[in-house]
Order: sequence, then structure tokens, then C-alpha cells
Amino acid sequence: MPLRAIVATTASKTAAALSRAAGRGDGSVIGGWIGLKIDPDLLAHLASGRAVALVSGTNGKTTTTRLTAAAVGVLGRVATNGYGANMPTGHTSALAKEGHTPFAVLEVDEHYLAQVIDSTRPKVVALLNLSRDQLDRAKEVAMMAQLWRTALAGHPDIRVVANADDPLVVWAAGASPQTTWFSAGQRWQDDSAVCPESGHPIERANGDWWCVGCPLRRPTPQWVVEEDGVIDPRGDWHLVKLQLPGKVNLGNAATALAVAGEFGVRPIEALPRLSRVTSIAGRYAQVDRDGRNIRLLLAKNPASWLEAFDMADQAPTLLSINARDPDGLDTSWLWDVDFSPLRGRPVLITGDRAFDLAVRLQVNQVPFQHVHTFNEALAQVPPGRLEVIANYTAFQDIRAVLDRVN
Amino acid sequence: MNDSTLRIVWIYPDLLSTYGDRGNMLILAHRAAARGIPVETYEVRSDMQMPTTADIYLIGGGEDGPQALASQRLIADGGLHRAVNQGASVLAICAGYQLFGHSFFAKGTKCAGLSLLDITSDRGETRAVGELRGDIDPRLGLPPLTGFENHGGRTHLGQHAAPLARVTGGIGNDGQTEGAWYGKIIGTYSHGPALARNPDLADLLLRWSTGADRLAPLDDAWAERLRGERLAAGLPA
Repeated sequence: MPLRAIVATTASKTAAALSRAAGRGDGSVIGGWIGLKIDPDLLAHLASGRAVALVSGTNGKTTTTRLTAAAVGVLGRVATNGYGANMPTGHTSALAKEGHTPFAVLEVDEHYLAQVIDSTRPKVVALLNLSRDQLDRAKEVAMMAQLWRTALAGHPDIRVVANADDPLVVWAAGASPQTTWFSAGQRWQDDSAVCPESGHPIERANGDWWCVGCPLRRPTPQWVVEEDGVIDPRGDWHLVKLQLPGKVNLGNAATALAVAGEFGVRPIEALPRLSRVTSIAGRYAQVDRDGRNIRLLLAKNPASWLEAFDMADQAPTLLSINARDPDGLDTSWLWDVDFSPLRGRPVLITGDRAFDLAVRLQVNQVPFQHVHTFNEALAQVPPGRLEVIANYTAFQDIRAVLDRVN
Repeated sequence: MNDSTLRIVWIYPDLLSTYGDRGNMLILAHRAAARGIPVETYEVRSDMQMPTTADIYLIGGGEDGPQALASQRLIADGGLHRAVNQGASVLAICAGYQLFGHSFFAKGTKCAGLSLLDITSDRGETRAVGELRGDIDPRLGLPPLTGFENHGGRTHLGQHAAPLARVTGGIGNDGQTEGAWYGKIIGTYSHGPALARNPDLADLLLRWSTGADRLAPLDDAWAERLRGERLAAGLPA
């Protein structure tokens, strides 16, 4: 490593340690920021000599990255950005902090994928899904697919592991000659009604999809979720035991197994490690308080709300909505979510934008009760499970109330 | 389907559907059903023929490419023009609002619109993003408009279109006026589920299309709370 990179790495680790010691953060961004100021090529220097996997998509990045890091860990030490710091500063911090490791598994914000591919020269890139997320500042979904497609076309040596069920992902991966397909399902289909290649409608039936006007269609996946397990490319079915809830996480596990497979890890080696993963940056965490077992689910866009309903038990459910900067200032997406799966459960609502949610639920014919605070919600439900589904800052607020950092 | 059924068409959701546009259809259907009015909704894709006999037509927001394509297809189809001439009501949002005019700009090119509203649109120097608030034309007898806007366009009204509202917060058409109306056509830059915050505007569309002078009141306590909160948020600091 060049001297400049060594100096930058040391400065980066020192800043991260200072940030943690000062209680100003977990150090996952500031260290990388300082390191990149000293050596703009620091991420490339830190990545060289490691076998790198990148994980990107609108939803499921953090969980899939954690599961993939656990699976690749069969082979040796893995550096990973486990706290969702998914831009180059976060990657730089994560690699600097871990020192030399033979492997790295990095979650990448979808906007930065091209840049991080150029810096880290990954062995594998996993593409999970693309759907609408904070339109008031993010790029249009189809434009994102185009950016991915262009980035991958420039690196034909990269192994791509991609979701066969998402037409935008299939199109984005299509330029790559080496693709392994997995089937993890697609609940949210409104952003892929039109073919990204030809502009014709996309038809769907029985899990299959195809463009009516051009050859784009669902490729045959090598990794498939079936029942409570995963079928591998040899056709063997493996039971997947997870501590994370829902079919969504089964899909994330299948993705992790597919990525680890590219490194030579077999499912039977990886599965015991996947079963030990519990909460991820507080997501899915369970907290016992006053006889209530509270489970926290993060939902930040229409697709992830549908996934949260799938994960949540038939139990009293608190929904909390904010619209601060990290959430996006616009609450219109509430009307893209069908809340009817919540009918029949006691529903409570709270958050800065609870009134927007109230009007939505009224039209959706989901009865609800408004509460002003999390503690008021606790008092309103009987002992037992309380499911909490919240968007980003609302989730952080509730974590703060529960005094849980991780 | 019988003659008393209220028919609502959502125009080209495959092309023009950004966050929450579906909400306007859901809200109109909900408010009609709550009054005992039978209602049917149709999502008409851009590869389908536009029905001419529905009562309310909704068109939403979208990006430049789909907006230009939607305008071309609606002109070629002609069904929407016939429906409007037969007295159908329209709620047109953002990109859908612009294409109801004579012309608009998409990807730097001037595109022909439907000329069903006497307006033209071009690009502003800055993008208008944030709370939008205005006093609605008193002839419509509605309380103030509240919405969230997110658009790069500016719209200029001809003499045959009246502003929907005078802006008291945000940008709208040009910082002075917001939206347009003519006959039973309402256009607005309040994006997405504009009717969620403006239930009286929803009821205006229902009255126009049913011919009823008044509709039975609904419990709008939550919508009123939301309006109070958002109208206060839309005030200049």
C-alpha cells in the first residue's frame, strides 16, 4: 500500500475511534471521510488484495449484506459495513477498521454502485431489486436500472448475482455475461409494469413474467426459495432456519447463499451461520417491556411495507410515520400501500405524520387508534406481542425510547 | 353496470403514476360508496382504447418521456376529447395537468398537448418542491387548497382558463397562481393524492358528475386535522 494510503488509513481509524470515544457516532462515516480527504484512492487501496462482494438494491441490502458476510465467513475473516453506512465513506471506514481481511462484503447505496465497482473491483455484485424510494430526491427507478446496466457492461469480468423476479434488475444485469439468477419474489410490481428495453407492457402469471413486445423475460433461476428452504443450483433443497421473520428474509438468505456460492461456499457450510444472525442494526430486535414483547420492523418505502406486513404476526400493531429529511418530505407513498392485511388486528398509529396515515387508513377501511407517544401505545395494548412498523426516523425515535442502540 | 353507476377512469397508470396517484381514485370511490352511490373504477393502460362514457377521468404525474408518450397516445385515441365534450369531469395532476394544455416541454422539446385547457407550460429555473397552499377561486365555493408540489414546470394561463387558486405558499403555476379550471376540468400541481387533503374538492368532482347539488356529509375529522396541520406548515415562516 502506498505511504499516502497508510497515513490515510491511520488517520481514518483514529478519527473513527475519536468519534466513538466522544459519543458523536459509531465512527462508520467520519473515519472514511477523513481518510478519503487525505487519499482519494484510499478505498481502491484498501480493497486491493481482497475478494469483494457488493450488495445493492432498494430493499433488503443491510440484512442481505449481514447474511452474506456470515456465509462467506466460512472461508475466513470478512470486513463488512454492518451498520448501513453504505456510501464510499462507510466502505472506507469498514475496510480500514478491520485491517487486512481476505474477504469483504459491502452494502452499497444503489446510486453509488458504479463508483464503488470502479474503486473496489469486486468479484461478485448482487442486485436485489429496484422500486420507488423517496421520489422527491432520488433518481427515477428506470434511470437507476440504466446506471447499473452501464456500470456492469463495463466490467464483464464481474460475477453478477441477480433477482430473476424483478424485470428492472434482470434488464440491468442483462449486459453482464456471467450472471447467476435467484428467485426471491417481487411483491411490489408497480414500477416494472413497462419493459425497460422496449416500453411494451410486462405480463405476469404464476410467478413468471415476460415483455409482450421484445425478448426480455424472466430467466430460469438457479437458486429458488421453496417452502421454508432454498433449492441450490444442483437441485438440492436445504431447510433454512432463521431468527429473522418472514418470507422476505428467506429470500435474503437465498441471495446470501448464492453470493457465497460464487466464493465456493456450500449451503450446508453456510446455513448454521445464517441461523445465528439475530437483529440487524436494531431491525427485527425484540424488546421486553412491561410484559409486552415488542418487535421492531423498519419499513421505508411501499415495497418494504408490504414485506413488513408479511413478517408481522397477527398481533396489536403500532404504525409510526415521520417525514423528516432522511424519510423524504412527501407522504404520498402511503397511498401506494395497501394496508388491508392489517384488518382484524388492533392498529395504533403515531408519529409526526400520523394524520396522513389516519386519512389513508380510513379510506382503506382499517380501524385504528391514534396515540401521541410510544409509551401511550404500550399502555393501550394487552400483555404479549406488540408489532411496531415504522419508517426511518420514526424507527430511530422508538429505538431511542427503548434505549437500545443495537 | 347500470346508468346510476359512477364510472371512474384512471388514465394510463402504466405511464403516469408517481407516488400516491392511485389515492385520488381510492378516495373518490370511497366517498361515493359512503353516499350509497354505486361506483366502478377502471385503470386504462396506454395500449387500451380510452372509454368515452365514464364520469370522472383522473390523470397523474410522471417523467418527461412517459408524459410525451401519453399525450401522443391520447391525441391519437381521441376518446378523452369525446368524453370531455360529453361533460365528463377531470382531475389532472402535475404532468397530467400540463398535457391538458396546448403545449409543454419534455426532455427539452416542445410537445403538443390536448388543448382541453387554455394553458401552456415550460420549464422553470428551479424545481418547486414543498408544501403548496392557496385560496381557491371563490366561484367554486371551496376552502383553501393544501398540497405537496414537486415539479420543474411553470404554467401560463390563457383567457379561457381560470386559476384554481391564488398561491399563499409555495410556487404552483408561477408563484402567483396555482392550477387551472375550465368547465368540469380541474388541473393542479398538488401532486399525488391531492384529494386526501382536499375532501371538498373530491366532493366537487362527485357533485359535477352526479348532478347532485349537495352530498350527505361524511366524518372528515381526520382529514380536517390533516388540513389544519398542513395549512399551518405551508405558511411562510
